[in-house]
Amino acid sequence: MAKRLVPIKPVYGLGAVSAALILLLTLGTLAAVVTRAEGVSALRPADWAALRFTLWQAFLSASLSVLLAVPVARALARRQFFGRSALVTLLGAPFILPVIVAVLGLLAVFGRSGILSTMLGWVGLPPVHIYGLHGVVLAHVFFNIPLATRLILQGWLAIPAERFRLAASLGFDNADIQRVLEWPMLRAVVPGIFMVIFLLCMTSFAVVLALGGGPKATTLELAIYQAFRFDFDLGKAALLAVIQFGLCAVVAVIAWRVATPAGMGAGLDRTVERWDTSNPVLRAQDFTVLVFAKLFLLTPLVVIFLKGAGAVWTLPDVVWWSAFRSVLVALGSAALAISLALSLALLAVKLGQKRTAGFVEGFGYLTIAASPLVVGTGLFIMIFPFARPSDLALPVTAIVNAAMSLPFALRALSPALRDIENDFGRLADSLGLSGWSRMRLLILPRMRRPLGFAAGLAAALSMGDLGVIALFADPESATLPLQMFRLMTAYRMGDAAGAALVLLALSLCLFWVFDRGGRVDADT
Amino acid sequence: MKYPLIAAGLCAASMAAAEAPVLTVYAPDYFASEWGPGPGIEAGFEERCACDLQFITGDVLPRLLLEGERTEADAVIGLNTDVTLKARESGLFGTHGQDTSGLTLPIEWSDDVFLPFDWSYLSFVYDNTKLENPPTSFEALLEMPDDVKIVIQDPRSSISGLGLLLWVKSVYGDDAENAWTRLAPKILTVTKGWSEAYGMFTDGEADMVLSFTTSPAYHIIAEEDLTKSAAIFDEGHYVLVELAGKIATTDQPELADSFMEYVLSEEFQSMIPTSNWSYPAQLDAEKLPAQFLQLGTPEKAIFLSEQEANDVRDGALEEWRNALSQ
Repeated sequence: MAKRLVPIKPVYGLGAVSAALILLLTLGTLAAVVTRAEGVSALRPADWAALRFTLWQAFLSASLSVLLAVPVARALARRQFFGRSALVTLLGAPFILPVIVAVLGLLAVFGRSGILSTMLGWVGLPPVHIYGLHGVVLAHVFFNIPLATRLILQGWLAIPAERFRLAASLGFDNADIQRVLEWPMLRAVVPGIFMVIFLLCMTSFAVVLALGGGPKATTLELAIYQAFRFDFDLGKAALLAVIQFGLCAVVAVIAWRVATPAGMGAGLDRTVERWDTSNPVLRAQDFTVLVFAKLFLLTPLVVIFLKGAGAVWTLPDVVWWSAFRSVLVALGSAALAISLALSLALLAVKLGQKRTAGFVEGFGYLTIAASPLVVGTGLFIMIFPFARPSDLALPVTAIVNAAMSLPFALRALSPALRDIENDFGRLADSLGLSGWSRMRLLILPRMRRPLGFAAGLAAALSMGDLGVIALFADPESATLPLQMFRLMTAYRMGDAAGAALVLLALSLCLFWVFDRGGRVDADT
Repeated sequence: MKYPLIAAGLCAASMAAAEAPVLTVYAPDYFASEWGPGPGIEAGFEERCACDLQFITGDVLPRLLLEGERTEADAVIGLNTDVTLKARESGLFGTHGQDTSGLTLPIEWSDDVFLPFDWSYLSFVYDNTKLENPPTSFEALLEMPDDVKIVIQDPRSSISGLGLLLWVKSVYGDDAENAWTRLAPKILTVTKGWSEAYGMFTDGEADMVLSFTTSPAYHIIAEEDLTKSAAIFDEGHYVLVELAGKIATTDQPELADSFMEYVLSEEFQSMIPTSNWSYPAQLDAEKLPAQFLQLGTPEKAIFLSEQEANDVRDGALEEWRNALSQ
């Protein structure tokens, strides 16, 4: 059906180039590691135990994140209140925090000497014991509820106001609206979101170790790290990475099968008005949900703020310089992520509805399923014969960070693009709008919101990441997370807390500027 | 008329730049960072060598092994004793050519490939205003009530974590798994690296943390905080030694040699205590900062050679995993 759309030829070429780049970064780097492997060593029983734990915790974390995010997104979708947009931005913060900062923030709330345990102590109850599977899941839920909420909220906002007007005129009550409008929307968006979070939790490892309480909580990613760092067994690292890809492929296919497009149709971009949600029970329900979400997500952030605020003004200059470098990397990474995602989404739309979904999910998942260690090492093996890897530290960081935020960018852009082509494609065709003018007059203006969101997320994610740079780092070009880590290894925990606060503030700022930029004066 | 002069000037400048030979040294990130010993050492060495010392940071050994003989490293600094076997087998290292008879390590050292530049004892660090009756032996640690919580590092991802594994194995031998089982209830959690664990300790989340006997020196000297102490055990403490080495295929052999010489010089060694917060490998005790003399010192040093460590590692790791997975 979408085959008739032939708007911009060169863009398809760009799409193909982007696809090739992603393949190179994910499967190409894996192949590079394989070329340097000396035989494959067998998996030990411990590796199988790690595999089981990896899947189980990822399943629990993703399920809970999505289940808890639905009421939060619903409350945000149907309530207007002062500070709502600031809240939406702030709620995104946990997702972009560096792991180590988030863990210390969570422990300050849920740890043995944390706020919660102290309060329990007042009423004579024992402290919370956070370490174990439940701690891992709690941390993953903390990281991922914001992401799930934002993505589900987008689904809600994509239901045109006309549908709610029609529902109201047909006398639908809240239960009818849930059944007819909200449930089909969730059915379309939730499986993909579950999948993204599942994969993110699968490849996590520092947080799993710190809160897991011991070797019972071991993920495949730790086994990969061990194979690289301690055994230097590239064959085993590659084998584990292949298993990780395989598992992701299986889960991706399941998610793709479960998801069904909602088909809400076009609207006139009126402001959504809800007539069904004024009853006091629903109000109270939304209010409670939002209060709990705020407490859970914002208290650790407040702690991070309080811990860092004292040290920010006395931070050494080098920290500010690395902050500056990180912002540059983040901007580059955001621009790249948007170009990659937009060109891939344009290519995907051309491929048609069902295949589009598969294509988008496929490329998106590929980059999260890739182990950051394998990507870093593979790139190093590829670059080393031609150039000094340290000279390329910052560009490589920007490219890899862009690839890592691709799944989110694609998820934001591609449904929007598909809707535009479905709803306005025929009109544009009949007007003879094609090429860059179609892009400029139709697509980009209508995509400002998802573009801003995707760019903001990519920039913010790039700020916090230090995954692949370990092999490339150069003392002169440290990014802010690396600098924070250096402060910690030099015992300067206070300064590190200050640096963490700067990092948090800059990430939020970047996200806010882009996200807001996409919404200001936007007609959609 | 002016242009030839400028051209000549440019030529001279570029020739000068080309003439200053570059010594490339791979180092771990913490070593070359602003707050590590790197900057002082760079300035000190460049003063005597008329060369340009460049640190390349990152995972030293994995990187070196990936690069193989085409590496541009002339020397490396910051390897640990636990990875030297792998490093030695790679055949990438030449001999350091230094006289090691004057080393002030607590253990014998006669390796002609890897040159120690600093060392420290592993130890459990605690807050002496909060923990009454700190343990004075490993046995006493295992006997402590279970509500005393300890954070350690994972032996699969951290050198200090691996050191603890070898320490327990050396003290308890065949009974190591049982020792871990007794320690398990007191282990709050196991972290990927030292920083997370130490951060949890300074945040008050844990009562004790696996660190070094020299850790309190930082708090005493930089923060004038006397509340942190290291528990000293009767059975002895495991020693971690950090090493430097010369790459066999270096195109700057003389410079690399003089860097090795510099590593053992008093200037280099005196920088170690307050920048790396560890003991220098060759410096008499009276030349240490006074505060280092206040630190607790174990009676006995425990150390496994790289071959011994390699032989027991996998078995000990399995015991550790079994005991802590209960």
